[in-house]
Amino acid sequence: MSAPLEILAVNFDFLSAWSFWIGVGILAGIYGIFTLGLQLNVGYTGILNFGQVGFMAIGAYSAVIMVVSVGLPFLLALPVSLLITLFFGLLVGLPTLRLRADYLSIATIAFAEVVRITAQNARGLTGGNQGTINLELEEGKFFSDPWLDASDWMTANIFDPIGLSGQDFLNLPLLTVIWLCLIVLAFGLSRLVRSPWGRVLRAIREDEDAARALGKNVFSYKLQSLTIAAGLGAVAGWFLVLQLQSVNQTAFEPIFTFFGYVILILGGLASFPGVLLGTVLLWIPLEGLRFLDLGLSGGQVAALRFILVGLILILLVAFRPQGALGKKEEMVLSD
Amino acid sequence: MEAGTVPTGAPAASGTKRARAWASENPAKVFLMVMGLIAIYLIIDSGIQELAQKTINGTVAGSYFALGAIGLTLVYGVLQLTNFAHGDLLTLGAYIAYVFQVSQGMPFVVAMVISIVLVALFAVLTELVMFKPMRKKKAGVLQLILMTIGLAFVIRYAIQLFATADQKKLDVNVTDTIDFIGLSIGRTQLIVVIVGFVVLTAVAMMLRYSSLGRQMRALADNFDLAETTGIDTGRIVIFTWVLSGALAGLAGVLVAASVGSFTPDLGFTLLLSLFAAVCLGGIGNAFGALAGGLVIGITQEWSTIVIGAEWKVAISFLVLIIVLIVRPQGIFGKERTL
Repeated sequence: MSAPLEILAVNFDFLSAWSFWIGVGILAGIYGIFTLGLQLNVGYTGILNFGQVGFMAIGAYSAVIMVVSVGLPFLLALPVSLLITLFFGLLVGLPTLRLRADYLSIATIAFAEVVRITAQNARGLTGGNQGTINLELEEGKFFSDPWLDASDWMTANIFDPIGLSGQDFLNLPLLTVIWLCLIVLAFGLSRLVRSPWGRVLRAIREDEDAARALGKNVFSYKLQSLTIAAGLGAVAGWFLVLQLQSVNQTAFEPIFTFFGYVILILGGLASFPGVLLGTVLLWIPLEGLRFLDLGLSGGQVAALRFILVGLILILLVAFRPQGALGKKEEMVLSD
Repeated sequence: MEAGTVPTGAPAASGTKRARAWASENPAKVFLMVMGLIAIYLIIDSGIQELAQKTINGTVAGSYFALGAIGLTLVYGVLQLTNFAHGDLLTLGAYIAYVFQVSQGMPFVVAMVISIVLVALFAVLTELVMFKPMRKKKAGVLQLILMTIGLAFVIRYAIQLFATADQKKLDVNVTDTIDFIGLSIGRTQLIVVIVGFVVLTAVAMMLRYSSLGRQMRALADNFDLAETTGIDTGRIVIFTWVLSGALAGLAGVLVAASVGSFTPDLGFTLLLSLFAAVCLGGIGNAFGALAGGLVIGITQEWSTIVIGAEWKVAISFLVLIIVLIVRPQGIFGKERTL
């Protein structure tokens, strides 16, 4: 046990730990992409999608299975995986999107758990123990080799010339690609929701019956919204595999969907740039917690992080439901 | 079940349209028929002995599912609150019992009673600190749901922070079994079933016949109407939380005792099964939740005849999803509930 005064002793090494903060940035980027889907569903369409982590799991597992078991090349596996995830988006949406908000939330969280339990137990599909797939195709050949080649190329040709190379900056290419992807997607989605299509989504969010009365096929729009979110979940899933260098069902527990909701509300509902801000606001303190020497075991620190997420969620929802960049007039949380 | 209006003829003979109408009028009967068909299939597949044993196991699980589900459905019915933290109230119950029985060395029954009281108090506390102020602010569905989810994580990981994620065991006899006509049930599990059913009966009687129970059901049915008839809604709301918390605490202790070991994940893994029970019985309907809990418990155990036990939780989720798709107002719910 450490003395009381030492409990909050801060270790300032963290400022110079480049590889650590690059890792944090990667996680923030991955969950940013993940949350863009939630933003489209919750912030713009009013769909309570609690199963986003299930789509991320399907994207991650299907991409890996396509390469490891089916033998597709890496770059072909990704579009196939995207199609599979979009298909599941339709499959989940078709029966559930007619349900009332609270039923929908229960149904989607149940869907995500079915996916996770299937990954955990279907050895024929995932081939490993407890939902872990061995990413080694054959001796010395790995699932993510094509990416690692690209990463090496980027390090050699882009980052090395400006002095950002070596062990500390090993993951800088991944960080760059993820954040480029996040920014492009956020920009594209921002454009999309300002289109006539996006205006229909917002009309549905505000008043479903009114949108229907105007002759809009509400169900079809909702389905499109959910399916796009599923696709974004798949992209986040691929990057998660590249970051973790493994695929395991514990990364797809329901709590990670709610990391997305914290990001969503931190950054503000109905704002895609808000997602970028929210994910940074969540992950820096969450990971920075590791540098506080609290005299706790690893398990306790993990528990503390999740308590923190829970508390942030409660307090945000109670006191600042519109978040940092959310618009009060579009505050869809309290209708 | 309401009497009358049931055509006694075979529905299949009178055309698909009338059969469908009959089915939607009598969902409980259709459901029983489906369960019966599944039972017949399982008897043919693996014998009546196996099915009977699984049904006994399922009834044990069903008794604590039912206890958990009643609290969940009442809070939903009375407050329109989908409480995702309800599962973690069960976890809290199990760990409080652990603290008082194993760490403090108190008798099991005393620890159980302390656990019931403390979880009930905790539930009331969440109402006073979180949900009542939020209702005053006219919080929306998403706001309230997200708060319960935040609360769920705080409870679950606070327990993990103090008690670690290691498996804990209550000091109960988990090896003795009672055998009769080739079937067996654990001694502790038998006690769990008996306690569970006594409490369930008492709660059902209370809801049905006592003035408090009638007022609670009136609120669950139509809050505003109940309020205008002069029911003291504030009092009933608090009592709903007391009952919900107490039943959750009891259910948590009973799960911990009958399963043997538990971790801080206990309640969250049960939560979706509880939701399945609640939706099956018609959300807000206490008697439905009771029946739904038993059905989910039995269905989960039956499924282990056909596929591995590791899938049984997923089976209840599938039941949940199917019920929501086919009949979101539940097997016992009336059409108008939605």
